[in-house]
Amino acid sequence: MKSGRFWAWFVFLLGAAYFFIPLIATIEFSLRMRRGVYSFDAYKVVLGDSQFQATFMFSVIVAVFTILLGVLIVVPTAYWIRLRLPQIRPIVEFITLLPLVIPAIVIVFGYIRMYGSNSPLPFLGSNLGANALLVIGYAALALPYMYRAVDTGLRTIDVRTLTEAAQILGAGWGTIITRVILPNVLIAVLSGAFLTFAIVIGEFTMASLLNRPAFGPYLQNLVANRAYEPAALSIIAFIITWGCMSLIQILSRFAPKSANRPN
Amino acid sequence: MAEPFLSIQHVRKSFGATTVVEDFNLDVAPGEFVSFLGPSGCGKTTVLRMVAGFEEPSAGKIVVGGKDITRLKPNQRNVGMVFQAYALFPNLTVAQNIAFGLKVGGMPKTDADRRVAEMLDMIKLPQMADRYPYQLSGGQQQRIALARAIAPKPKLLLLDEPLSALDAKVRVSLRDEIRSIQKKLGITTIFVTHDQEEALSISDRIAVMYGGRAEQVGTPFEIYNRPATKFVANFVGTLNVLEGKVTDAASGKVQVNSQEVSLKGKLNGSKSGDTLSLALRPEAISLGRQPGHDASLSGEIAEVHFLGSVIRVRVGIGGNTVSLDTFNNSATPPPAVGDKTDISFSSGDMLVLH
Repeated sequence: MKSGRFWAWFVFLLGAAYFFIPLIATIEFSLRMRRGVYSFDAYKVVLGDSQFQATFMFSVIVAVFTILLGVLIVVPTAYWIRLRLPQIRPIVEFITLLPLVIPAIVIVFGYIRMYGSNSPLPFLGSNLGANALLVIGYAALALPYMYRAVDTGLRTIDVRTLTEAAQILGAGWGTIITRVILPNVLIAVLSGAFLTFAIVIGEFTMASLLNRPAFGPYLQNLVANRAYEPAALSIIAFIITWGCMSLIQILSRFAPKSANRPN
Repeated sequence: MAEPFLSIQHVRKSFGATTVVEDFNLDVAPGEFVSFLGPSGCGKTTVLRMVAGFEEPSAGKIVVGGKDITRLKPNQRNVGMVFQAYALFPNLTVAQNIAFGLKVGGMPKTDADRRVAEMLDMIKLPQMADRYPYQLSGGQQQRIALARAIAPKPKLLLLDEPLSALDAKVRVSLRDEIRSIQKKLGITTIFVTHDQEEALSISDRIAVMYGGRAEQVGTPFEIYNRPATKFVANFVGTLNVLEGKVTDAASGKVQVNSQEVSLKGKLNGSKSGDTLSLALRPEAISLGRQPGHDASLSGEIAEVHFLGSVIRVRVGIGGNTVSLDTFNNSATPPPAVGDKTDISFSSGDMLVLH
C-alpha cells in the first residue's frame, strides 16, 4: 500500500515537473532582459509594441468572426442532425474531422488557387476578401472542436421533446433555436468558441500564406529576431489560454440544469 | 353526438412498410375527455402525434372545429400538449415557461404576467414562479407543464402519458387535478395512457386500441361491462375466461366442463357444436348459490388468499380456473382448499367473446 502511494506521488511529481519546469524556465528567462536583475522589461517591450497591439487586435477580431461563423454553421447543423437526420451523423463527423488530417497548408494553397484575383470568386483581390477567406479557413480549422463541443451539449438535452414542446406552443424554427436550443447548449458553444479562439490566436500557416497581419506571423517574426520578448509573449499567450479555460469553468456554473429526465 | 369538435377520419399512418395506425376514426364532442387506452405499440401515441402535427397521416384527415388541420404545422394548430417527460425548458423559470407560448403568440407583457399568475393559482403553485424546473419535484413539473399548455387557451389539449413518470400517490392526485381543471375550463382533451385504471377513472369515453385500430370506443361503463372484442375484455379489468361448447344454439345452451349453462339471446351467429370463449368478471360471481343468480357451475376450491377486507378465491372447474372475491365476514371462516363448492352468477353477466 505504502509503495503504491509512493509510486503514485512519483508519477504525479514527474508529470508536474514535465509540465512546470519548462514553464518556470520560460518565466525566469522572460524576466532576465535587464542584466543582473529580474524585471518585466521584456513584457513592457512586447505590450508596448504597436505591431503587437495591431496584430493581436486583428487576430481577436478574426477570432470573433470565426466564432460567429462557426456557431451559425455548426449549431443548426448539429441540431438538425440530432433531430431529423441521425443516420448521417457518421458522415458529418467524418467531414468535421477532415481539417485534422488535411494540413492547413494544403487548404490554404487550395484557397489561393480557387479564390485568386483571376478566379471567378476573387476573394484574394481585396483586403476585405482575404480577411473573409481567412475567417472561412479558420472556421474550417476549428470545425472538429466546435462540432464536437456543440454535439456533446445537444446530447445532454432532450432535443426532440423540447423542440416539439416549443413547436406546439407556436414557436417557429428561429425561436426554437435562439430561445430554446442555444441557451441550453450555451456552455458547450462557449467551450467550442474558446477552443476556436485559442486556435485562431496562434495560427501561423494560413495567416502567413494569405499575407494577413495576424498575431501568428508576428509571433514567428519575433521568435526569429529577438531573445527575451518571445519568452514573454509565450507567457502572455499561456495566460490568455488559461484565462479562456477558466472562463469556461466559471460560465459552466450558470449552465441550465437538466429537468428533462423525470425523477 | 352533437357536431364533433375533433374528427379523426379514416386516418392511416405507415412508416416504410410498417403500418402503425390503420383506418382510425373518432369523433370527439366539444369539452369531452377521451382516453386512448392500449398496450405499447398499439398506435395510440402516433394518433395523438398526428393530431398535434408531429406526424403527417399517410391517409385520412383530421378536422378541428370544422377546419381541416391535417397538413398544418404544429405551431399553426393552436393545440396544447403535455409530454410524458414534462419537456419544461431548463433555462427558463416556471413563470417564463408558462409565458413562453403567450410571448410567442405576441401577447403584451402585462397581460402575459396576469395570465401566468392566473395559471399558477389554478395549479396551486403561486409561490414557484421564480424557481427553475430542476428545483421542482416530478409532480410539480408536470403541473407547470399543464399550466404552460393551457396558458395560450388552446382549442384542444393533448396529454401524452403525463402521469407515467410519477409515483403512484402523485399520479392519483394529479389525475384528479387534471380532470377537475379540464372540466372547469371545458377544454376538449385527448389523454393517452396504457393504464386502464387511469383511463376508466378520468374519461368521458375511452378508445381501446390494438394493432393500430380502435377496437372499441365507449364510456368507461360500456368498455368494462360490455367489451366488444376479446382483446378489450382481456385488456380492461380482470377476466375469467372459460371454454364452452354450444350444445343447443336455438335455446342458448352451452356446456362448460360437462355442465350446462343457459345463455339465451347471447349466442348470435353461433351454431350447435361451436366452441366459445365465455368470460365473467370476478365481481359477477358468488360463492355458493345466491338468489338472483340464474346460472351455476360446480367446482373445487383451488386457492384461498386472505387480503384483509377481501378474500380472493380461485375455484377449479375442470380445466378452467375462476377467480372471485368475497368480502371478509368475521362470523364466517374462509373456505378451505379442496372443498367442493358451487359458484353462481347471472347469465346476463356472462360475456361471449368473439
